[in-house]
Amino acid sequence: MNNILKITNLSKKYHTKNGEITAIKDINIEVNKGDFISLVGSSGCGKSTLLNIIANLESPSSGNITFSDENFKIGYMFQSDSLFPWLTIYENCLIGLKIQKINTKENQEYVLSLLKKYNLYDFKDKYPNCLSGGMKQRVALIRTLALKPNILLLDEPFNALDYQSRLAISNDVYEILKKENQTAIMVTHDLSECVSMSNKVYVLSKRPSTIKKIYNIELDNPSSPINNRKDKKFMEYYDKIWKDLDINV
Amino acid sequence: MSEEQKKFIKKQKREKRIVISIQLLTTFLFIITWQILANKKVINPFIFSSPKKIIETIISLYNNYNLFSHIMTTLYETIIAFLLGISLGFIIAILLYEFKILAKIVDPFLTMINSLPKVALGPIIIIWVGANINSIIVMSILINLIISIMTIYNGFLNTDPYKIKLLKSFKANKLQILTKLIIPESYSTIISSLKINISMSLIGN
Repeated sequence: MNNILKITNLSKKYHTKNGEITAIKDINIEVNKGDFISLVGSSGCGKSTLLNIIANLESPSSGNITFSDENFKIGYMFQSDSLFPWLTIYENCLIGLKIQKINTKENQEYVLSLLKKYNLYDFKDKYPNCLSGGMKQRVALIRTLALKPNILLLDEPFNALDYQSRLAISNDVYEILKKENQTAIMVTHDLSECVSMSNKVYVLSKRPSTIKKIYNIELDNPSSPINNRKDKKFMEYYDKIWKDLDINV
Repeated sequence: MSEEQKKFIKKQKREKRIVISIQLLTTFLFIITWQILANKKVINPFIFSSPKKIIETIISLYNNYNLFSHIMTTLYETIIAFLLGISLGFIIAILLYEFKILAKIVDPFLTMINSLPKVALGPIIIIWVGANINSIIVMSILINLIISIMTIYNGFLNTDPYKIKLLKSFKANKLQILTKLIIPESYSTIISSLKINISMSLIGN
C-alpha cells in the first residue's frame, strides 16, 4: 500500500438550463509516490474537471478520493503562468506561503535555493514582464513547489509556449520534478509529451469520459523527455494511443 | 554607453521636445486667432467672448469679489464629493462582487439611476438638504457615484479567472483573494475611474 492518492468510482455531472451533462464517469486511478501520470483525451472530455476535483475546487457527484495523510498538500499549475505582474519574481514565489501563513525564514530560504538551482536567482527582484514565457513557467513551478506539495497537478502546462520552448521547458520541468522526487498528474492532449514524460498514461474516452486504457510506459533507455522521443518504443506507444483516441478528422 | 544607445536617447529627447513645443504653439495660435477673429468681428464677441475680455474679467473679479476664496470653496466641494463618491463606489463595488445575487438585483436600478438627468434633480436636492455646501456635495456624489460603482465593479469582474483558481488552489479565503488579487489587479481601472470622476464631481458643482 504505497498509494499516496486513490480515486474510486468518481463521477461528475454538470447541471445547466438545458439539462444535465455527465462529464466523467467511474474513474479509478491509483497514484504512487514518484509517479508521473498523464491523462490524455480529446478536448472537452473532462480532464480538467478531474484535476479540479482532486484539488478540491469542485466537488464530485459520486465516488471519492482518499489521500495518504491528513495534511495532504496539492499544487496546481495551469497553462497560463498566472504570475502577478505587480509583484517581483521572488514575491510571486512567496504568495502561496503568505496565503497559508507559513512564510517562515526556513521556507523563504527553500524558495531562494530553488531559484538558485534553476537559474532564476538573478531575476528575483525583476518583474514578470522582463522574463521569457519559459522562464515565467519555471517561476510558476517554483511558486507551486514552495509549498512542498505531496502531488502536483499540471493542466496542459506548456500550451501557451512556442514549440521550441515547449520542448525545452518540458525537459526542465521533468528534471526538476525528478530531482525533487515530486509526484505529478499531467493533463495534456500532446501525445509525444505524455509518452516522453510519464511512466503511466491513462487514455480517457469521449464524454462521458471513462478510462479507456492504461499504459505503463517502459522505454528501452529512459532518460530526458527530449531523448525519450528518439526511443524505439516511443513511436509504438504513440501509435497505440493515437488509435485509442479515435479522432475522426 | 554605446554610440547607438546615445543616439537612441537623443532621438527620444528630441521627440519629447517636439511634442511639447507643438502643444504650446497650438495653444498660442488658438488664443491669437481667437483674439484676431473677435477684433475683426468675424465671430460675435458677445457670444464667443475674447481672450482679452476674459483676462479683464478675471482681474476685476480678483479686485472686487475675492475670486480666490470662491475658487477654494469650489475646489473643496469637488474634492470632498470626489473622495466620498470614490470610496462609497469602491465599497459598494466590493459588496456587489462578493454577493453576486445582489449585483443581479440592483443591476436595472443602477442603469435607471445612471440615465436619470441628475442636474434636473437640483431643486429637489436643495429642498431636501438645504441651500448650502451639503446640497452641492450630494449633487456631485449623485453624478459620480453610479459611474464609479460600475467601472470599479467591471474592473473586478475582469480579474483573470486562472489567478483566482490559483489562489483557491492555495486555499485562500475570500478576503485574501480580494486583497491580494482583485483589488491590486483592478488598480488601473480604479485610476481611470478616478480620472472620469474628478470631472464628474466638477459638473456636480
